[in-house]
Formats: sequence, structure tokens, C-alpha cells
Amino acid sequence: MATKGKDAQSVPPDPQAQSESTAALLRELVAHLRQNRTQLREEWARRITRAQLLTAMTEEEIFAEATSVYDNYVEALETGTFEALQAYARNLSERIIPRGVETHEVVGIVLLLRDVLARSLFAKYHEDFDKLNRILDAYEPAANRIANTVAVGFVQERERIIRQQQEAIRELSTPVLQVRERLLILPIIGVIDPQRARQLTEQLLRAIRTNRAKVVVIDITGVAAMDSNVANHLVQTVEASRLLGATVIVTGLSPEIAQTLVTIGVDLSEMATVGDLQGGIEEAERLLGYKVLPLEELTPKA
Amino acid sequence: MEVPILKQGHYLIASIQSALTDADLSQLREALIERVGRFRARGVIVDVTALDVMDSFAVRTLRDIAHMARLRGAETVIVGIQPEVAFAMVQLGLTLKGVSTALDLEEGLLFLDHQAQLRIERGTGRIDRG
Repeated sequence: MATKGKDAQSVPPDPQAQSESTAALLRELVAHLRQNRTQLREEWARRITRAQLLTAMTEEEIFAEATSVYDNYVEALETGTFEALQAYARNLSERIIPRGVETHEVVGIVLLLRDVLARSLFAKYHEDFDKLNRILDAYEPAANRIANTVAVGFVQERERIIRQQQEAIRELSTPVLQVRERLLILPIIGVIDPQRARQLTEQLLRAIRTNRAKVVVIDITGVAAMDSNVANHLVQTVEASRLLGATVIVTGLSPEIAQTLVTIGVDLSEMATVGDLQGGIEEAERLLGYKVLPLEELTPKA
Repeated sequence: MEVPILKQGHYLIASIQSALTDADLSQLREALIERVGRFRARGVIVDVTALDVMDSFAVRTLRDIAHMARLRGAETVIVGIQPEVAFAMVQLGLTLKGVSTALDLEEGLLFLDHQAQLRIERGTGRIDRG
């Protein structure tokens, strides 16, 4: 037996005959996996729980997903086509990514299934070492491809979501809001890069023109850090707004940013700054000639 | 092309209608400064709404007009700078420092009225005899 096995390895066999025998072995393998479906599936679900993977899901959910993954897995082994599995992996990722399932968990469960199945093969064929070798020869490449497909599908889905979110953030990032006749507010949140700064300035200038704004409050409470580039962009925005006849008040400079700006020596003397957004709006109202009073002070006393 | 200069009350309004050569700009400057004295104008408005490009010479001339008119007793305000022009100007560092600006002609007139009011309150303005 052993010598025969060695021969099979050293002399490259006829490829067609080999693929036929691989197909036969895979058929046998699939039959074995179908036969022991319930038991292997349960074993797999148990190992997933023990390894503390997919903690975001309940045990029933894990078992249900495990069943579908198992069936798709066996089907991919049987047919040798991965389209169905790919589609399933994408669908699965779509469902579990919002629930906070991580890449290592998905790769982990697929590798666990691979391990569970391999062990069952060892248990079945441990007496026939040569047969076991040939079965593993047929099983391993297919199993590796399946693991690959699922992991790649998951990562692709994640990247797609990240891209989508980035676009959404970019679109949402610069709302110019009118809070009073001729008074605009531009709250800036997050990181300002040159591209965004440019977009921001263009949007603000257009809004000043369409709303006929006289005063603009730029609130940078949500800006975590600022370097000289960003500060210069801000100065440019202020100056461009002034050319359109609008006064800009910058509010919400954090202590850290104030220190950085003074330390790196950015000249902000041309810029009107007020501590917080409330103060900025009050200052803007003053410039526009508004005075906000509580109602009691307006109604004549009886 | 010569820029028409209109007299409106105490103000002079120069409305630029098309792209100007350097010579046109110099001519505008001279005409404005001369007329500030002739009409005893208190304010000058230069409307640049029609300009979609503003080079350094144009910006310098506008700044000169403002400073010269102030020496002759008139406040100058530049109105109607387009958003794109404003953005290009600050990127080139042409920021019209020390020159007043307003969104459009209407705003410019309001601004000059307001300035005149302030001067009267401070007691430094000429008294309007009607």
C-alpha cells in the first residue's frame, strides 16, 4: 500500500485520469459530509461558541448561519463553482457587518469549519493512510479556495461600505446654514484637508451670494487639530468672504488650537474670534442690529 | 472702453461693464479722483459685478482709488466681486486690505449711508444741508 502511494507521488500521473479520480474522491467526500451533516454542523457551532467568535450573534443565529454556510460549503466542494458561495458570502457580510462582526471572526469560523471537516476525514480514513492522503489532496485546494472566497467577499463588502460612508461624509461635511436674515453659520467638523478647505470656501462664498449674507459665523468646535496649512485656508476663507462684503466671526477655537496657532506664529489678527458659538451668534446679531429680549421685557407691565 | 461714472446724490458710481485694459483702469482712476472734487462727492462705489477676472494691476488700481479718494474726502466701497474672483484673489494674495467691500450696489449704498451717519455722530462729517 505504502509503496504504491509513493509511486503515485513520484510519477506524475495522467492529468485526465487524475482529475477523474479527484472528482470521484470529491464525490465520496461530499457524500460523507452530507451523511454527517447534523453532527458536523453541531460540532462546528459548538467550536465557534467555545472560541468566542461571533459574540455579536445569538446561539440560534449562529446555528442558522452555520447551517447555510455548511450547505454552501458542501455545494461548492461538489460543483467546484464558487459563484453561489461568493454571492452568499457577500449577502452574509451585508447582514453581519452592521452588527459589528470583525474580519478575524469571519476568517476564524471558516478556518474552524475547515478544521472540523478535516478532523472528521481523519477519523473516517485513519486506517487507510493512502486514501486519507488522496482525499486530503482533493479536499485541501477546494477548502482553501472556499476560505479565500469567503474572506475576500467579506473584506470587499467592508471596503464597499467604507467607500460609501466616505462619500456620504464628504457630501454632508459642509452644510451652510442660515439662522437669521443675512446671518449664516458654517459648522466645521472633523479633519480639514486642502481639498475640503477649497470645497468649503467655494460653498460658503456661493451661499453668501445667494443668501445675501452680511455676517458669517464659522464654528470650529468640531475641529480637533489645526496646522499652519489649515489656518491659512481659514484666513483665506475669511478674506474671500470679506471681498463679498461679509464679516466672518470664527468661534470655538479650543485651548489646544489656540496654543498651536500662537506657537507656530500664524497671523490671525485680521480674524474676529469669539469663544463659543453662542457668543459668536450674539456678536453677529449685534453687528446686524438685532437685540434678543425675553418676552416679559417686551410686554408692558399691567 | 471708458467706464461711465454716474452721480447719485453725494455718491459717484462707476459701473464696470466689460474687461478693462490697464490703460482703461488708469483712466478710470484719474476720472474718479478728479470728479470726487468736482462734485464734492462723499462716497465712491466701484461696481465690478461684470468682471470675471481680476489681475494684480486691477486690484492695485482699485486699492489706489480707495486711498486717493479718502485723501480727497470720499469713502470708497468696491461692490459685486464674484465668489470665484474672490477665491482666486485670496489665493494670489490680492486681498484689498484697507478697502471696504460690499455684496452689491444696494449694499454699497447702505454702507456709505451708514458711514456718513457715523461721521455725523462723531462730529467729523460735513453737515448735510439738504
